[in-house]
Amino acid sequence: MTSEAKVIALEAPDGPRPRQLPSLRKAATGISGLDEVTGGGLPYGRSTLVCGPAGCGKTLLAMEFLVRGITQFDEPGVFVAFEESVDELVENVASMGFDLQHLQDDGKLVMDHIQIAPGDLEETGAWDLSGLLIRLGAAIDEVGAKRVVLDTIETLFGAFEDASILRAELRRLFLWLKQRGVTAIITGERGEGSLTRHGIEEYVSDCVIVLDHRVSEQTSTRRLRVMKYRGTLHGTNEYPFLIGRHGVSVLPITSLGLQHTVSTERVSSGVESLDEMLGGHGLFRGSSVLISGTAGTGKSTIAAQFCATACARGERALYFAFEESEAQIIRNMESVGMDLKRWVDAGLLQLRCVRPSLLGLEAHLASMQDLVTEYSPDVVVMDPISDLLQSGGGAMVSEMLIRQVDFLKSRGVTALFTSLNTYGDEESAAVQQIGSLIDTWMVLKLAESDGSRHRIIYVLKSRGMAHSHEIRNFVLSDEGLLVDGVFHGAAVHS
Amino acid sequence: MTVELPDTAQPTGTMYDEAPDDGVWHLRLYVAGESPKSLLAFANLKKLCENHLEHPYEIEIVDLVQNPRLARGDEILAIPTLVRRLPAPMRKIIGDLSDTDRVLVGLQLRAGGMR
Repeated sequence: MTSEAKVIALEAPDGPRPRQLPSLRKAATGISGLDEVTGGGLPYGRSTLVCGPAGCGKTLLAMEFLVRGITQFDEPGVFVAFEESVDELVENVASMGFDLQHLQDDGKLVMDHIQIAPGDLEETGAWDLSGLLIRLGAAIDEVGAKRVVLDTIETLFGAFEDASILRAELRRLFLWLKQRGVTAIITGERGEGSLTRHGIEEYVSDCVIVLDHRVSEQTSTRRLRVMKYRGTLHGTNEYPFLIGRHGVSVLPITSLGLQHTVSTERVSSGVESLDEMLGGHGLFRGSSVLISGTAGTGKSTIAAQFCATACARGERALYFAFEESEAQIIRNMESVGMDLKRWVDAGLLQLRCVRPSLLGLEAHLASMQDLVTEYSPDVVVMDPISDLLQSGGGAMVSEMLIRQVDFLKSRGVTALFTSLNTYGDEESAAVQQIGSLIDTWMVLKLAESDGSRHRIIYVLKSRGMAHSHEIRNFVLSDEGLLVDGVFHGAAVHS
Repeated sequence: MTVELPDTAQPTGTMYDEAPDDGVWHLRLYVAGESPKSLLAFANLKKLCENHLEHPYEIEIVDLVQNPRLARGDEILAIPTLVRRLPAPMRKIIGDLSDTDRVLVGLQLRAGGMR
């Protein structure tokens, strides 16, 4: 009589892998940001648990891992779906440009939907999951799969009555996956007081990634955390992640590693006399600039001038406006003698007018990043970021914004942000939170003197350059913008 | 135990065709090699059919180790699995069939009682 152990052995001709590798081999996921956070990818030949609440993006992350494995690393894959049908899955990821049908036709991907009807099975004695193992083994052999996804194995708990047999069999399944040497993602739904509903984290011990989907003040943010990664250093923070048109992208703050290439090239702010205040040469290319000020001080005008000047240099500019329409901006700028329309017509300027409240903040940032990636602008304006900060979510929003600033920096884009402040709050707390990433910070104010109001401007900080400490008059006229002489008025209205 | 499994079914084109309902019970037992559980399930099934089943019957053995692809057809995850293909509706019973009462309930030869 043949023992059961031999049945398993038949399915695992490779035998156990060497116990200790000199350095942990990793399977790159190809998912933007995830390989940075995990120091190169998931543990090769091991299983990783990806868990989180319903709708957090587990299935999508797992699917992208397989698709990129095939398209970027030539590692065929098997996707076993316990919940969704193959047709549903194919449809769901088509919007991200993943053509699963094509990959299946090419013999690179096997998708298998295992249907489980709860309470359907009469249990009449000892059983095991050899049927599942054999089925999975056949699928792996069919394409020579190196990557496997089981989404989500916990559904089995609804099908079988005898949980103790099932647990022992799941343990055997994970051991078997390891012996086959496939890199696997096992998904699990978050349980009460445990990572997964049925505690399968107990069986997957090499790597655990927790996803979360929080809604705070109507703003939803997805987060990813590498909770455990045996034998490797990994980022322990929670990282926001986005699901955009090109799949998942995790957003670590790379600038904390200060790896940006720094440019010594200077570009004009658009206002000559302002450039003078900035050591005479203007802004550093690729730096981040903040202009904060109260209402009606001319922030948008400086931002528009900054774009127009870039266009005049033959560069591409992208202007995100959160308060005004395209026509309104063009008209308003005409009143100070600025012709934006010619740059729009020339294809050098794109004005994107969106109310942040229309989209969730996450979707909003994802679409902005997609646009920046596609259009590759030299300069970007976000006017005003205070709208985003006020869209709710407090610290969460400013954190997302930090990542946006960081994203632009990492691409070498010179970015100008405006921020609307209330009176007496020119350096408001919300703006302070992104202040550390801002290289040049200018403040606009209204001041009263000699019975009239004046616009004044000063440079609060500007890294790496000798800048003026003076408070100057800032003049908007139909001939353009001008920073005039030093302001001598007494009472600053603030 | 001296029971041996009979020759297992080979995959043929007609395997999944609906057999005519001529009053003959079609039972299919999925096994994985000649494991103790598989042999026990087969012995239990034979005994049970002889003692409790008044209808003519056919037992077909499918060894998934030899024909891995057949697991997909009847959605087989657990081994052993007994499938009553006829009479309709299809019934699935898992385990080594040692709990006779539950097998009879599963085959609808006895009304389901307390679980």
